[in-house]
Amino acid sequence: MSTPTTVSPAGSTGPSASVADTGPDFEQIKSWKTPIALAIFTLLGFLLLVVFGRDGESTMRLSTTTDLIQLPDVVLPTRPTGVVVVALLLLITAGSGWLVRSKAKVPLWLVTVFAVLLLVGFLAWASADHTIPVPGLLFGSLSLAVPLIFGALGGVISERVGVVNVAIEGQLLAGAFTSAMVASITQQPLLGLVAAMVAGVLVSFVLAAFAIKYFVDQVIVGVVLNVLVSGVTGFLFSQLLAPNAATLNSPPRFENINIPLLSEIPIIGPVFFRQTLIVYIMYVAVACVYFGLFHTKWGLRLRAVGEHPQAADTVGINVARTRFWNVSLAGAIAGLGGAYFTLGSVGAFGKEMTAGAGFIALAAVIFGRWDPIRATLAALLFGFASNLQNVLSIIGSPVPSEFMLMLPYLVTIFAVAGLVGQSRGPAASGKPYIKS
Amino acid sequence: MKLELRGITKRFGALVANDHINLTVEAGEIHALLGENGAGKSTLMNVLYGLYRAEEGEILLDDVVQHFAGPGDAMAAGIGMVHQHFMLIPVFTVAENVMLGHEETGFGGHLDLPAARRRVTEISARFGFDVDPDALVEDLPVGVQQRVEIIKALSRDARVLVFDEPTAVLTPQETDELMGIMRQLRDSGTSIVFITHKLREVRAVADRITVIRLGAVVGEASPTASNEELATMMVGRAVDLTVDKSPAEPGAPALVVSDLTVLDPHGQVLVNSVSFTVHAGEILAIAGVQGNGQTELTEALMGLQPRVSGEITLDGSSLRGHTVRKILDAGVGFVPEDRTEDGLVSEFTIAENLMLDRSHQPPFVKRFNVQLSFLAKFAEDKVKEFDVRSQGIDTLVGRLSGGNQQKVVLARELSRELRLFIAAQPTRGLDVGSIEFVHERIIATRDAGTPVIVISTELDEVAALADRILVMFRGRVVGIVPGDTPRAVLGLMMAGETPTEEGAAA
Repeated sequence: MSTPTTVSPAGSTGPSASVADTGPDFEQIKSWKTPIALAIFTLLGFLLLVVFGRDGESTMRLSTTTDLIQLPDVVLPTRPTGVVVVALLLLITAGSGWLVRSKAKVPLWLVTVFAVLLLVGFLAWASADHTIPVPGLLFGSLSLAVPLIFGALGGVISERVGVVNVAIEGQLLAGAFTSAMVASITQQPLLGLVAAMVAGVLVSFVLAAFAIKYFVDQVIVGVVLNVLVSGVTGFLFSQLLAPNAATLNSPPRFENINIPLLSEIPIIGPVFFRQTLIVYIMYVAVACVYFGLFHTKWGLRLRAVGEHPQAADTVGINVARTRFWNVSLAGAIAGLGGAYFTLGSVGAFGKEMTAGAGFIALAAVIFGRWDPIRATLAALLFGFASNLQNVLSIIGSPVPSEFMLMLPYLVTIFAVAGLVGQSRGPAASGKPYIKS
Repeated sequence: MKLELRGITKRFGALVANDHINLTVEAGEIHALLGENGAGKSTLMNVLYGLYRAEEGEILLDDVVQHFAGPGDAMAAGIGMVHQHFMLIPVFTVAENVMLGHEETGFGGHLDLPAARRRVTEISARFGFDVDPDALVEDLPVGVQQRVEIIKALSRDARVLVFDEPTAVLTPQETDELMGIMRQLRDSGTSIVFITHKLREVRAVADRITVIRLGAVVGEASPTASNEELATMMVGRAVDLTVDKSPAEPGAPALVVSDLTVLDPHGQVLVNSVSFTVHAGEILAIAGVQGNGQTELTEALMGLQPRVSGEITLDGSSLRGHTVRKILDAGVGFVPEDRTEDGLVSEFTIAENLMLDRSHQPPFVKRFNVQLSFLAKFAEDKVKEFDVRSQGIDTLVGRLSGGNQQKVVLARELSRELRLFIAAQPTRGLDVGSIEFVHERIIATRDAGTPVIVISTELDEVAALADRILVMFRGRVVGIVPGDTPRAVLGLMMAGETPTEEGAAA
C-alpha cells in the first residue's frame, strides 16, 4: 500500500537496477463522501433534537411481562439526551473528517456507531412522555424481516449462479397464495409450507426456462413474471378465495414455540426464541446457505458458474443445468417467505399482500453484497425501519404517519445508493451463457 | 499417450473452419501446430477438448476412438488444455480453481481444501513453480496465472496437454521458462500440442511441426527449417519478414508528456509519472508485456481516463483535461487496441463507420442531415485506397475479416489532417498480408512528418517499426532506447531491469 521511496527515473543512465520487486503502487484517493454525509445527518440531528427538541422523559421498556428476569425500564430526560447525542455525532463527524484528511479510510464501525446514536436520539425524541416497548419493537422487526430474509436468500443463490432474480416478489406472492389455499383445504400448515415451495419453484421454472434456455433478458422476464403472478393470484382470489373464505382462505396458523431456556434470555429471548416454526426454519436456512455457498462443492460450483461460466464449462460443469436447478432452489426458498405472510403472520391471503417485499429483498441482496449473512442483516434493518414506523404511530409520535410510511423505503435507497459504493457482484450475473 | 485426429471437419455456417484435418501426436513429443490467426488452430483444439462438436472425423487416444460430449469427457480421457484466455475464476484462490470440477469432499459435500492445497504444492514442487495455493488468482501476475492453468491440467493427470497461444501474454524470459516446462513435461512422457503463430518459438521447442492454412493441413515441417520457409508455408506465398523503412528524419518535438500519472477508482497507480517526447516524423514504440500501463497511457492521451495528473502538450498547447472531441479536433488519430470493442460499431456499415468521429460537422453532416452522397463517394475512395475487401461500402463491418476491419479503422483515422497518430496493438490478430499493409501505412504516416506512437506487445513489431523504443513495466518507464536495441536487452527491460549505459543513450 505504500509508495516505494526509491524510483529510478525514466530513461536514467545508471547502474543496472531492478524495479521488479516493487509491488503495485497505491495512492489513497481522498473521498469526502462519508464526512459530508455524516455532517448533513449531524445537522439534521441538531435541528430535530436540539432546535426542535422536546421536553419530558422518554421511557424504554426492556422486558415483557412474562419474562422470568425483569429488567428495569430505562428513563431518559428527552432534551439532555438529544444534546448529548448531537455532541457525540459532531465528535464522530469531526473524527471522520480528520481521518480522510490524513488519507485514512473511515472505518465501518464508526459509521455504525453514528447510525445507532442517531437512532437512539431519534427514539428518545419521538417517545417524549411515552414508553417504547423495546422487545416488542424488535420482535415486530424480525417478523417483518422474515419474508425479506427468505426472499434475499433466494436472490443471493440466484444471482450467485448468474441469474438476476427480479421475480422474488412473484415467488413470495405465489407462495403466500398457494400456502393459504393448501393449508386451508388440508388444515395442515406443514403441507401449506410444502405447497409454497412448489409454487416458488414453478415461478422459477418460467424464469429459468426463458433466461437460461432462450436467453431472454432476465430483468424483463422477472418483471413480467411479477405482473403475471400478481394478476393470476388476484383473479383467483376474487373468483375463488373471497367467495369461499371459510373453506379456501382460512389456513391454520403456526403456533409460537418457546424454546426452553433460550427464550428466557433478557431482550434476546422474547425476540428470537418465541417465534413460529417458519422463523426457526429461517435460522437454519441462513446458516445452511452460508455454509453451503462458501464451504461445499455445491457452493464452489455455483459461484464458479456465476463468475466465469466458460471456465466452469471447461472443467466439465454443466452451466445450464447448474443454473436451472439453483434458480429453482432459490424459488423454493423465496416461496417459504411467501408462506410466512399467510401461515406466520396475517392468517389469510389478501390481494397483493406482499406489497413490494420482493423488491426490498432484492435491495437487501445488493446491500448485503451478495453474501447471505450480510443480506440477512440488511433485511433485518429494513424490517426494523418498517416496524419503527408501526410502533411510533401507535405511541403517537409527532411525525405524520404518512411520512413515517416512507421510512423503510428511504432507508433502502440510502443503504443501497450511499453505503454500498463500489461493491462488486458476481461477474456473470445477468449474462446468458451462449455456447457457440 | 498417443493422440490422433482423423479427418476432422468443422463448419460454422458456410465457413469451413477445419477441413479434413489429420494430425498425429506421439507420446512424449512436442508437436507444434503452426498457422496464422484465423487458420483454424483454436477451432481444432476446441473440437479435441469437446467444446465444439465436429461434423466429421474422429479422435483417437492410444488407437481407441473417443466420443466427447463435453470438456468433462475429454479431461477424463486425459486431455488437458492451457487456454489462451485463462479459464480461471478471478475471485477464487489457486486451490479452489485447481479443485473446481473434481472436488474432494468430506461430510455433507464439505470441501476438502487442505487436500487441494497439498495437491497444488506437490505439483508446484515437481516443476519448481512458486505458487501460493491460498492466493487469489486476480492478484497474481499473468505468468503465474498460466502456471495455475498448467497445475490445473496436471492435477487431473492430463497426458495430452494443449497449449493454445501460451506466449502471447508472457515476457521473453517467461517464454523461455515456459519452454523449459514444456520440455520437462515431454521428458516425463506427456504429449504436448503447442499452438502458435510465432516462428521463433516453434523452432526453439518443437519436435515436429504441422502447418495449417485456411483450415487445412498444408504439410509438415522440421524444426530445422528456416523462418522464411516456415512463413512461406504458413502464408502460402513468399513473405518478406522485414519492413522497408528509411531512417527517420525527426523534426521538432511535437508531443511532450511530463510526469503523467493515472489512477484507477481504487487509487491504484496504473501509470506512474511517465515522461517522454515524440518528435515530428518519428515512430516511438511503447513496448511492454500486456497490462503494464500501456492501455491506460494511451487512454490518458485520448482523454478517456478520469484521474490523470501531469502534463500533455501537443505542438505547444495542452491536451490534458480536454474532452475526447477536443483532442480529436486537435488532430490526434487513434487506433484503439480492441477494434471490435472500441474501434468500430460492428452493426454499422463500412461507410457509417468511416464517418463515426466526424458526425457533428460538415462535410458529412449539414443541418442535421447526413450527406449520403458525399459519404458514399468518400467511402468508395477510402475502400479503394486502403484495399478493404468487401461486397461494397454497405457491408456491415462485423462481417469483415479482422484485417479488413483494421483497414477501415486506419482509413477513418488517417483520412483526417493529423498532428499525432497513436496506434495501439495495430496488428493484433491479423494475417501476415494485413500486417504488411498496416506497417506500410504507419511508416508512410511517419514519412509524411507526423509524430507516431505505436503500442505493441510483440517485439517483432516493435523492432520492425520503431525509431525509438520506450519500455514500460508496472506503469513506469523502464527506459527509452534506440530502435535497433537487441531483443535480449528489450526482454530484460520488459521484466523491469533498467538498461545499462550503452542502451540508454537515446
